[in-house]
Amino acid sequence: MVSKKNISITVNGEAKEAEVEPRMLLAHFLRDVVGLTGTHIGCDTTNCGACTVIMDGKAVKSCTILAVQANGRKILTIEGLSKGREKLHPVQQSFVDKHGLQCGYCTSGMILTSYWLLKNRKNVTEEEIRAAISGNLCRCTGYDNIVESIKDASKKMEEEGDPIEEHPEIKVRA
Amino acid sequence: MNPPTFEYFAPTGIDEVIDILAKYPGEAKILAGGQSIIPLLKSRISSIPYLVSLSEVKGLSYIDEGSEGVRIGAMTIDSDLENSDLVKKRFPILHDATEQLADPLVRNVGTIGGNLSHADPANDLPAVMIALGARFTLRGKGGSREVEAKDFFLDTFTTALEPEEVLTEINIPFWGKKSGGAYVKFKKNTWNFSVAAVAVQLELDGNRCRKAHIATTSVSPKSGRMEKAEKALIGAELNDHAISKAAAEVATSSEPVSDSYGPEEYKREILRRITREAINKALSRAGGN
Repeated sequence: MVSKKNISITVNGEAKEAEVEPRMLLAHFLRDVVGLTGTHIGCDTTNCGACTVIMDGKAVKSCTILAVQANGRKILTIEGLSKGREKLHPVQQSFVDKHGLQCGYCTSGMILTSYWLLKNRKNVTEEEIRAAISGNLCRCTGYDNIVESIKDASKKMEEEGDPIEEHPEIKVRA
Repeated sequence: MNPPTFEYFAPTGIDEVIDILAKYPGEAKILAGGQSIIPLLKSRISSIPYLVSLSEVKGLSYIDEGSEGVRIGAMTIDSDLENSDLVKKRFPILHDATEQLADPLVRNVGTIGGNLSHADPANDLPAVMIALGARFTLRGKGGSREVEAKDFFLDTFTTALEPEEVLTEINIPFWGKKSGGAYVKFKKNTWNFSVAAVAVQLELDGNRCRKAHIATTSVSPKSGRMEKAEKALIGAELNDHAISKAAAEVATSSEPVSDSYGPEEYKREILRRITREAINKALSRAGGN
């Protein structure tokens, strides 16, 4: 009999505690235990990036991390980006404004990878954008509108700042 | 997809890690970043009864410059190597490899120690460490020992690590003043392994090559030194003739197999081309031309 583990993971600023099987994936913890289904599971083989979340300030694939590995860490999911506010986060708004999505399945992962990139790079180039999203697959858009969305988000973040800064508990460590 | 069940340990000290490995010889395996092991478990290709995580062991993530070389902690993540100015300046070959390794999200979790210990001949870092002449510190019950990178990789997924040993540190020696290296990787897209890749590290003596290490990725059961190709360069002036000869040696002495990445002949031709490119890049970084 495999022993379960007690874990505590801070998700979008709130501590979430649970007793889980060691084999439970972080993506399943977020969706099934915490109930945040904005984190999607696409390929389930570490290729597509639909499951991307921010862990301790870095964009990672939550289908390829055990929930027990995330014990004691801080996670930001797509729900956390505009948590407690009326308006969408600038990165989300840019994806709306520039038609950076069609079916939307890859979008939460795409937005979190973009957010991680923009927190780490100012005046981001197209080359840097394309390299950053190379682990996030989109089967609808042909990527051009996603790249335009991220360029726009870079401008919006410069002009409007990052509203998450107001919530230091979910701040990404650059 | 859930992995098969396993017992999970996350001790805070390296001695405790070794004790657990010794308690379950051959059945316990180290979990570093998990970017190779977790996909293998999820696809049910592997089953590991006891996973021992290094994530709670402090002090295994560092890139330190010493007088003789650079020491890298086994739990250092790939993106920290990619973004390290020290790595970029002293070992551009390692920067080449880390900025092309898997994808940025995998690099945010995957570790140098995991990449090496997994000993997948399609992983990028084994060839780079062999080319650099790195030494690995393996820690076990009786203390630590050092193994050279070229002697560490025994076969596909098989290393010199004893069941109760852990790779804790990678030590890369500085090369001479006129030295340089490059890693050239040929891949069709981000999410696949490479068709082939070549690591070249050179040291020059005037116009001539004093020292050359060449190793490959994805085209043999394990990464190892390409000694015939190295011999074609050592002592020679690195003109087009010598470079072509070395590239041809890499192409003929590798062991590529026909698979979904392409037929054997195609891979040999790719190898010939990327070896030329890698030598030229290494040469220019060494200040040769």
